[in-house]
Amino acid sequence: MKATTASAALILGLGLALAGCAGGAPAATGRSASPGSLEGSITVFAAASLKGTFTELADGFEAEHPGTTVELNFAGSSDLVTQITEGAPADVFASADTKNMAKVTEAALADGDPVDFATNTLEIVVPPGNPAGIERFADLARDDAKVVVCALAVPCGAATSTVETATGVDIAPVSEESSVTDVLGKVASGEADAGLVYVTDVIAAGDAVEGIAFDESGEAVNTYPIAALRDSASPEVARAFVAFVASAAGRRVLADAGFGAP
Amino acid sequence: MTLQFEARVGERGFDLSFQVAPGETVAVLGPNGAGKSTLLNLVAGLLRPDAGRATLGGEVLFDTAAGAFAAPHIRGISMLAQDALLFPHLSVLENVAFGPRSAGVRAAAARSAARDWLAEVDALELADRRPAELSGGQAQRIAVARALASEPRLLLLDEPMAALDVSVAPAMRRMLRRVLADRAAIVVTHDILDAFTLADRVIVLDGGAIVDGGVTAQVLERPRIRFTAGLAGLNLLTGVRTAGGLVGDDGVELRGAAAEPVAVGARAAASVRPSAVEVSLLEPDGTRNRMRGTVRDLEPRGDLVRVRTEVLSADVTPARAAELDLAAGTPVWLAFPETALSVYSAG
Amino acid sequence: MRTGLGGIPRWVAAIAAVGALFVLLPLAAMTTRVNWAEFLPLITSESSVAALLLSLRTSLAATALCVLLGVPMALVLARARFRGQRILRALVLLPLVLPPVVGGIALLYTFGRRGLIGQGLEVLGVSIAFSTTAVVLAQTFVALPFLVLSLEGALRTVGTRYEAVGATLGASPTTVLRRVTLPLVLPALLSGAVLSFARALGEFGATLTFAGSLQGTTRTLPLEIYLQRETSPDTAVALSLVLVVVAVVVVGFAHREGAGAHLSAGLRS
Repeated sequence: MKATTASAALILGLGLALAGCAGGAPAATGRSASPGSLEGSITVFAAASLKGTFTELADGFEAEHPGTTVELNFAGSSDLVTQITEGAPADVFASADTKNMAKVTEAALADGDPVDFATNTLEIVVPPGNPAGIERFADLARDDAKVVVCALAVPCGAATSTVETATGVDIAPVSEESSVTDVLGKVASGEADAGLVYVTDVIAAGDAVEGIAFDESGEAVNTYPIAALRDSASPEVARAFVAFVASAAGRRVLADAGFGAP
Repeated sequence: MTLQFEARVGERGFDLSFQVAPGETVAVLGPNGAGKSTLLNLVAGLLRPDAGRATLGGEVLFDTAAGAFAAPHIRGISMLAQDALLFPHLSVLENVAFGPRSAGVRAAAARSAARDWLAEVDALELADRRPAELSGGQAQRIAVARALASEPRLLLLDEPMAALDVSVAPAMRRMLRRVLADRAAIVVTHDILDAFTLADRVIVLDGGAIVDGGVTAQVLERPRIRFTAGLAGLNLLTGVRTAGGLVGDDGVELRGAAAEPVAVGARAAASVRPSAVEVSLLEPDGTRNRMRGTVRDLEPRGDLVRVRTEVLSADVTPARAAELDLAAGTPVWLAFPETALSVYSAG
Repeated sequence: MRTGLGGIPRWVAAIAAVGALFVLLPLAAMTTRVNWAEFLPLITSESSVAALLLSLRTSLAATALCVLLGVPMALVLARARFRGQRILRALVLLPLVLPPVVGGIALLYTFGRRGLIGQGLEVLGVSIAFSTTAVVLAQTFVALPFLVLSLEGALRTVGTRYEAVGATLGASPTTVLRRVTLPLVLPALLSGAVLSFARALGEFGATLTFAGSLQGTTRTLPLEIYLQRETSPDTAVALSLVLVVVAVVVVGFAHREGAGAHLSAGLRS
C-alpha cells in the first residue's frame, strides 16, 4: 500500500510541477512609470508580415526608453489569436487584418480600442527574369501559367478573392498556401510562374523575386490594427509601444518597408 | 554418380581431397573444428573454397581454376542438419513436397510423392501436422523424408542423431540404415556407432586434413594413428613385428596374435581394449604383457573408471581405483593377456 | 489472461503510467473541445471529405510503393555484404530523423521544375510538383524507413538457415524468397506496412513544401486541418479527431495479439 501511495504522489507531483511551469507570469515587474522614464519588459505578438518593420521598431523603442525590453513573437495572425485566447503571456497584439483583431476584442482581451497603423495591398510576384512573361492581373488566369496564391482562410487569400471578384478574373491556382512565406518560396524557387503576395513581402524578398504592380490592387486593402492587451503585466509600457508604432516615427519605418498609411 | 572432391579454404586451414563412389556411404569423423561442417558446406555449395575442384557424376560443382561455381539449388545435393529446420509456416506434407515442387512437379503429384516418402520413414500419420507440434525425433524423420523427396544425387547428413534423445536415436539409426543402403551419402558424426551402422567407408579429419581413412571396420577396429584409436576407444601401440608379437618403439616386448599377415621386421601397430588392461602397483606375476606407466588422470565412465597413463588406458572398477589409491602421478604397472593384443600392419 | 505487473517494480509502473498519460491526456483534451453538435456536418463537408479521401488514396499508394521498394532494400541490407553497407544503411534511414520540411525541400530540388531529375521530366512534359504524384512521393519518402527497419530486423532474426535448406532442396533464389523468406517475415512485413501507412497518413511538412495545397489534388487531411485552423477551429479539431481514430484503428488492427504467434513458436533460429 505504501508503495502505491508513493506512486500516486509521484504522479500528482509531476502533474503539479508541469502545471506550475505553464501559467508562469511574464518575468516583468511592472512598476508604475515615474514621469519621463519607463521601465519594464513586454512581449509583442505580431503578424509574420511585420517581422522586419517591428524588429526595427522594437530597437527604436528600446533606444528611446532605456530600461524597457521588447520581446517579439511572429506568427500567422490566427495562430497568435489562438495563443492569446488560450492564455499565452502577451502584452501587445499587432494583427494582419481586422477580422483577427476582432476575435481578441470580442473576447474582451484588449486594453482599450485597437489602433489602425498601416495598410497593405497585393502585388504580383514572379521569379527573377519573369519566365512566363506575366504582365497584367488578367495574365494570372492563363492556362499555361502556374499560379500560387494564399488560401481563402488567410488574410492575403481573402484579399486575393476580393480582387478576383472585383475584376472578374478567375485564377485557377495550382496551390493555395496557408502562409505568404510559402507562396513566396514557391515563386522564388521557380516552381511557380507567379503568385500574389503583399507589396511589403515583395520588398522584403529583395532580389529573390520580381514584383509587378497592378491597378486593381486598390480593390482589396488590408488594414493592420494594433492593441495593448488587458492582462499585460506592464500596461504602461504596452500602451507606450502602441503609441510609438502609430506615431510619425513609426509610420516612417513602415512606409519604408512598403506599407501604406492607415 | 561419383563425387570427386578437392578443396582448400585458407582461413580455416582446410585442405583435402576425397571421393565417394556410387551408392557408397562415407562417414566423416573428427573432433570439433576439424573441418567436418566446412566439408559438407563446400560440397553443398553453401561455402566457396579458395581453390579446388569438385565434380558429381562428371558435372562440375565448382572449379576455381575455371571460375566455375554451381549454385546450391542446381547441384542435386540435399543436406540434413542436426536441427530438422522444417519450414514452420508449412505443414509436414508441404515440407516434404517442397523439393519436388521446386523442381516443377505439379502440386498434386508432389503431395503424392511426399506421402510415399513419409511412409518410407514411418511418419505418414504426421502428414497434416505443423512442425511446431512435432517432437525432435519426429521432426528429424520428416527432415529425412524431405531431403530424400527431392531425389538428390548425393545426400549429406551433419550429425543427424546429435540432437535426439538417447531413446529415440536407435530407431532413427535403423531407418537411416535402410534408406542409405543404396545411396551415395556423406555422414558427419562424432559417434562411431553411427559410422559402424551406416557407413561403408570412414574418413578421419583433424585440423582440416584427412589423417586416416578406409573401410569402416578396418579403420575403427585396427586404428593406425593415436587419434583414430582415441575415437574408437582403443589403446594403440606401434612398433616392429616380431615372431611372437610386437616390439614397441620403447623396446618393450609384447606377445599377441596377428589379426592380419604382417612380415616380421615390418612396421606394425597393435590395439588393446581398455577393458582388458589391469592396473597394479607392483609388477604383476605371470606371463601377461606388462608395461610401466604414470597415471595422468581418472575419468569416471558409468560403472567403470578409465585410468589414463601416457602409454595405455585401462578401465577399472571404482573400488579397485580406490583400493590402489590412484591419483595423477602414481606410478603403476599395466598388464593385459596375450589374447587382448591384436597386431596388424602399420599401413 | 492473468493480469499483474509481471515482476516489474511498482515505481517503474508508476513512471510508465505518467508516460502513458503524457500521450493520452492531449488526445483527451482535444476530445473535450470537439463541437459535438456540429461534428457530423463539419466532417462531411465537401472540403473535409475531399481531404479524407485524398489522404486515404495517397497513403495507400505510398504504402504500396514502400512495400515494393522496401522489401528489396531490407533484403539487401540484411543479407548482402559489401563495402559501404553501413553508411548506406544510415543514409537510407535518414528520413526518419530529418525534419519532414527538409525532406520536402530535398524532394523539390530533385523533382521540382528546376530539379535534378525534374528538369529532364519537364522536357518530356511530365510535371510532378503540385500534383497528387508529388504527395505520394513525399509520403513514401518519409514512410519508407519504417518498413525497411521492421523488415530488416526480422530478416536478421530469422537468419539464413531456412533459406540454405530451401536451396539444397533445389529451390531457386526466387522460389526461396517467395516460399521461404517472405512467409517467415510476413508478420514484420505487415506491421511495417501498417506503420508506413500511418506515417504517410500523418505526413505534413514534406507534402506542404513539395506538393503544395489544393483541394482534391494535394490538400491531404493534415493540410486541411492546418488550413481550417485559420477560420474554423471547430472543423480543425473535428478533423483531427477523425485522423486520430483512423490511425488508432489501423495500428490497432495490425498489432493484434496473437498475430503471427504460430510462426514465432515454430521458428528455431
